[in-house]
Amino acid sequence: MKRIPKGEGQTGIAPKTKSIRAAFEKGMNVLFFLCGAVAVLFVLFISVYLIVSGIPAIREIGLADFLFGQVWKSTAKEPQFGILPFILTSVYGTAGAIVVGVPIGFLTAVYLSKAASPKIAAVIRTAVELLSGIPSVVYGLIGMTILVPAIRTAFGLSSGATLLAAIVVLAIMVLPYIISVSETALCAVPKEYEEGSLALGATEMETYFRVSVPAASSGIAAAVVLGVGRAIGEAMAVMMVAGNVANMPSLLESVRFLTTAVASEMSYSAGLQRQALFSIALVLFLFIMMINAVLAILLKKGKKS
Amino acid sequence: MEHKSLRRTVYDRTMRILIRVCAALTCLLLAFLIGYIFVNGIPNITWQLLSTEPSFRSDTIGILPNLVNTLVLILGTLLIVLPLGAGAAIYLTEYAQNRRVVAAIEFAAETLSGIPSILFGLVGMLFFTELLGWGGSIRAGIMTMVIMVLPTIIRTTQESLKSVPQSYREASLGLGSGKWHMIRTAVLPSSVDGIVTGYILAIGRILGESAALLFTAGSASILSSNLLQTINSSGGTLSVALYMYVSERGELEVGFAIAAILMFLALLLNLTAKVAGKKLKR
Repeated sequence: MKRIPKGEGQTGIAPKTKSIRAAFEKGMNVLFFLCGAVAVLFVLFISVYLIVSGIPAIREIGLADFLFGQVWKSTAKEPQFGILPFILTSVYGTAGAIVVGVPIGFLTAVYLSKAASPKIAAVIRTAVELLSGIPSVVYGLIGMTILVPAIRTAFGLSSGATLLAAIVVLAIMVLPYIISVSETALCAVPKEYEEGSLALGATEMETYFRVSVPAASSGIAAAVVLGVGRAIGEAMAVMMVAGNVANMPSLLESVRFLTTAVASEMSYSAGLQRQALFSIALVLFLFIMMINAVLAILLKKGKKS
Repeated sequence: MEHKSLRRTVYDRTMRILIRVCAALTCLLLAFLIGYIFVNGIPNITWQLLSTEPSFRSDTIGILPNLVNTLVLILGTLLIVLPLGAGAAIYLTEYAQNRRVVAAIEFAAETLSGIPSILFGLVGMLFFTELLGWGGSIRAGIMTMVIMVLPTIIRTTQESLKSVPQSYREASLGLGSGKWHMIRTAVLPSSVDGIVTGYILAIGRILGESAALLFTAGSASILSSNLLQTINSSGGTLSVALYMYVSERGELEVGFAIAAILMFLALLLNLTAKVAGKKLKR
C-alpha cells in the first residue's frame, strides 16, 4: 500500500507554520515511539529483575541441590531448599490438566467451527468467553467447596486437597483457551480442502478429523502450548485446592506448585529463604520463556501454511 | 446411494455424538458454575455487607472498602494504560517504518502477556513497594496492573487500527491534513469499537486478578477518608478479599457473596463489550 508523503499538496501555507507543523509531527512520532518502547522496557526490566534477584540463592545453595533436592524445609533450623517436588508437581499438574482438558476442548472446537449452526455456535462462543472471564479465586472457591470434599469421601482421605483436585480445576481453567485458539485455527482451513474431501465421498466427520484437523494442526498445537503456559502459571486457584504441602507429587497427596511455593511463603520470608523464593520465580520464568518460544514458533508455522 | 462400510458409519456416528457431547459439556459446565455461585452467593449478599467496613467490635464483615479499592484500582490503571497502550498501538500501525522495531515491540508484548501474574506480583513487590519505598499500596497495585494489561490493550487497539481501510488515511492526507490530524480525525474514530472492547477486557482482567495484587496492593479492608489516602495505603480488591476471607478466615458465606458479585460483574462486562462493539461500529 502506498502512503502519501505528508506535507505534499499543502499549498499556500507559509513556510514558518510549515516548519512548526513538521516539528509537531516529529514530536508526535517520538512520543508514540516512546509508548511502544515502554513495552520492551517492561519485558527487559522484569527479566533482568528476576534473573538478578534469583541468582544469589542458587549460588549459595548450589544449582544441583536446588533443582534436584527432594526436600524443602525452608524454616527448619538447618534449612533445606530442594525444589524438585515443586518442579515435578507443576509438570504433573500441567500434564494432567492438558490430558483432561485438551480432548474436551478440542472436540468442542471441532463442533463449534464445523458442525454447529450459527445460533448454537454463538451460544457456545459466549459460554467460552464467560468461562475465561471467571476469576481464578472463584474457581478456587468452587474447587474447595465441591471437589475437595468429593475427593475426600470418594477415596477415604483425611483431606481432599490434593494434586487431583488441582488437575481438575486447571483442566477447567485451560478449557476456554484451548477451545478459542483451536477454533480459530480450524476456521482458517480453506473451504476447498473440505469440499474436495466431501466430493471424493468422505463423510463429514471423516473430512473434519482427517482433512481439517491435520490442516490446522500447528494452530491446535499452539492451543495446547498456550494451555500449558496458563496451567503452569496459575497460582491462586491451585493454592486453594492443592493443600500446599511440599510433598513429592502423587495424585492423592497434598502438593505445592512452583507458583504456590512463591506465593505461600512470600509474606513472612526473610534472608536465604526469601532469596530462594526469588530463585523459584526464576525457574518458573524460564519455564514460561521456553513455552513462549515454542508458542511463537508454532504460531509462525500456522501463519505460513 | 453410495455404499458405506459399517466401520465408516460407526466412526461417523461416534464422532458426531462425541463432539456434541463435549460442546454440551462445556456449556453445562458454565451453567453449573454460574448457578452454583449465584445460589450460594446471592442469599449472603446483604445491605450491611455492601455498605460497611469490617468491624471486630460488632463482629461483622463488610466489603465496602474492597469495592472502593477495586474501583480506584481499575480507574487508576486505565488512566495510565489508556494513553500508553493506545500510543504504542498507534506507533506500531501508523508510524513505525523499521520492521525490526515493530517485531521487537510485538515480541515484547507477546512475552508480557505470557508471564504469570504471580511473577508480576513478585517484581511489583520488589520494585514498587520495596525499592521505591511505596509500601503495600494501591499505587503499587496500579503500576503492576499497568504492566500486566498493557499487552492486551496494545493488541486489541492494534487490531482495530489495522481494520481501518487505508482509503480513509489516504483521503485525509490527500485533503491536506498532517499525520496526527489524520489519526485523530479519521483513524481513531473509525476504530473506537475495537479500542473500547479492549479496555473492557482489561477491566475484566483487573477485576479477576489476585496473585499480582496480593503482594503489591495488599489485602487491607479499611476505608480511607480521601482518594489520595486510598491510593497511598494498602487495600485489597474484591478478588483478593475473597481469597483472604475464604483461605485465611474460613468465611465461606462472605466468599460466596463476593464470588456472586464478581460473577455478576463479569457477565455485565461481557454484555457491555458486545453491546459496545455493535453500537460503536459504524
